[in-house]
Amino acid sequence: MSTDYTADEMMSIAAARALSDGTSCFVGIGLPSKAANLARRAHAPNLTLIYESGCLGAKPSHLPLSIGDGELADTADAVVSVPEVFNYWLQPGRIDVGFLGAAQLDKFGNINTTVIGSDYHDPKVRLPGAGGAPEIAASCGEVFIVLRQSPRAFVEKVDFVTSFGHGSGKGDREKLGLPGQGPTLVVTDLGLMRPDPETAELTLTELHPGVELEQAIKATGWTLKVADDLKVTPAPTEQELTLLRELEKA
Amino acid sequence: MAELLSLEEAVGRLVHDGDTVALEGFTHLIPVAAGQEIIRQGRRGLTLVRMTPDIVYDQLIGAGCASKLIFSWGGNPGVGSLHRFRDAVQHDWPVPLEIEEHSHAGMANRYVAGASGLPFAVLRGYTGTDLPAQTDTIKPITCPFTGERLTAVPALNPDVTIVHAQRADRQGNVQMWGITGVQKEAVLAAKRSIVTVEEIVDELEPRPGAVVLPAWVVTAVAEVPGGAKPSYAAGYYERDNSAYQAWDEVGRDREEFTKWLNELTGVKA
Repeated sequence: MSTDYTADEMMSIAAARALSDGTSCFVGIGLPSKAANLARRAHAPNLTLIYESGCLGAKPSHLPLSIGDGELADTADAVVSVPEVFNYWLQPGRIDVGFLGAAQLDKFGNINTTVIGSDYHDPKVRLPGAGGAPEIAASCGEVFIVLRQSPRAFVEKVDFVTSFGHGSGKGDREKLGLPGQGPTLVVTDLGLMRPDPETAELTLTELHPGVELEQAIKATGWTLKVADDLKVTPAPTEQELTLLRELEKA
Repeated sequence: MAELLSLEEAVGRLVHDGDTVALEGFTHLIPVAAGQEIIRQGRRGLTLVRMTPDIVYDQLIGAGCASKLIFSWGGNPGVGSLHRFRDAVQHDWPVPLEIEEHSHAGMANRYVAGASGLPFAVLRGYTGTDLPAQTDTIKPITCPFTGERLTAVPALNPDVTIVHAQRADRQGNVQMWGITGVQKEAVLAAKRSIVTVEEIVDELEPRPGAVVLPAWVVTAVAEVPGGAKPSYAAGYYERDNSAYQAWDEVGRDREEFTKWLNELTGVKA
């Protein structure tokens, strides 16, 4: 175990650990891509990485800046068209995990990447939009979300539902006929949240080492529920940190 | 049969004010030089279509060429926001920009319908999201066989689609490989098309997995070496990630952008 690491490094490592070997993962760019590539190096060599540019089974030697960097195509098992990646691979539920980021996230795991502010036509901030996320959130077996925790990002109710999580609670996905389980894990720089089995409300289940519960509560824009058996995430190992730092440098 | 034209001539003849124009290329093979030629020729009132309006659309929007954008993700991939796009949406600068917003799956299927000669496409998408409430071109539809509620999106048939590819022969047959995104669908869906290529060769050498657009579906081919920079052309040059990062500085500020624009169009400050 190491004590010399940053909160961001802990977040990437915790997110990477969530991906098990042998699964397939639809990867968003940024933090999800970093975590997925770390997982492949650390403990999940047979993790299949799928990027929406059409790269299936990409094995990049360095972190791509975009989802369509040449490195992803050059190392992929197959490169297919964009209609194909969404229609043949994502839509029928062939992909185990969707790994997404968010600008805003609410207590039921609904994601906003569209606008900040209540007026869509006159937004406070115009964000990039949906990309592949709505269908990734709908159709992957489960969804992991990774983002830094702050009251601005973790809000009671998102300003815009770009990608559906658990709606307004347990059972909403089933009512809408959404095939996947939706968000099952949120990884932040402070800890981990999971949906409550009864209500689907995101509940703090683990804190990263050295993080006070009060910090996590303050960084959440709703009254954060805390699991009875709140655990502490194992600190990064030397090996995990070395691999992450090599990946970031490469 | 495709005509071999200069870029200036192709854009001059085939892209008109008020047209619906798609420049496609999914990170790879983005027709940047063609977009900048549209800016130089001062087109106005365009409806721009593109899944991922990246920096070339930031430039077109900032230059005031567009009155509407149909898109699914408007950012500078891996870097951050498109500031000219944001400025147009949030502050109508330099002109108001209407938006029609989709997901990637929706856009890809709209091109598929367009290429297939069908009025709409169907997908299991958008369910539970706020997108259908803001976008008239997303509607529910019931499967006539199973009764399942699905989503219909109308075909996209641009007046002109512009893509970049690695090679063409002298007849105008086009070959592209690597990440080919929605380029084939976007060309087949369009009324007219321009393909800029790295080089024109006597004979296309077969390449595994390559997409060939036969000359009879392409209106014009223009040889523009480096025409995708700072994006990339597999087999020719790599993505210039630093240029994408540097654009953030230029795009962020109206004055910086205007300087950049004046340089592109040859206007003396």
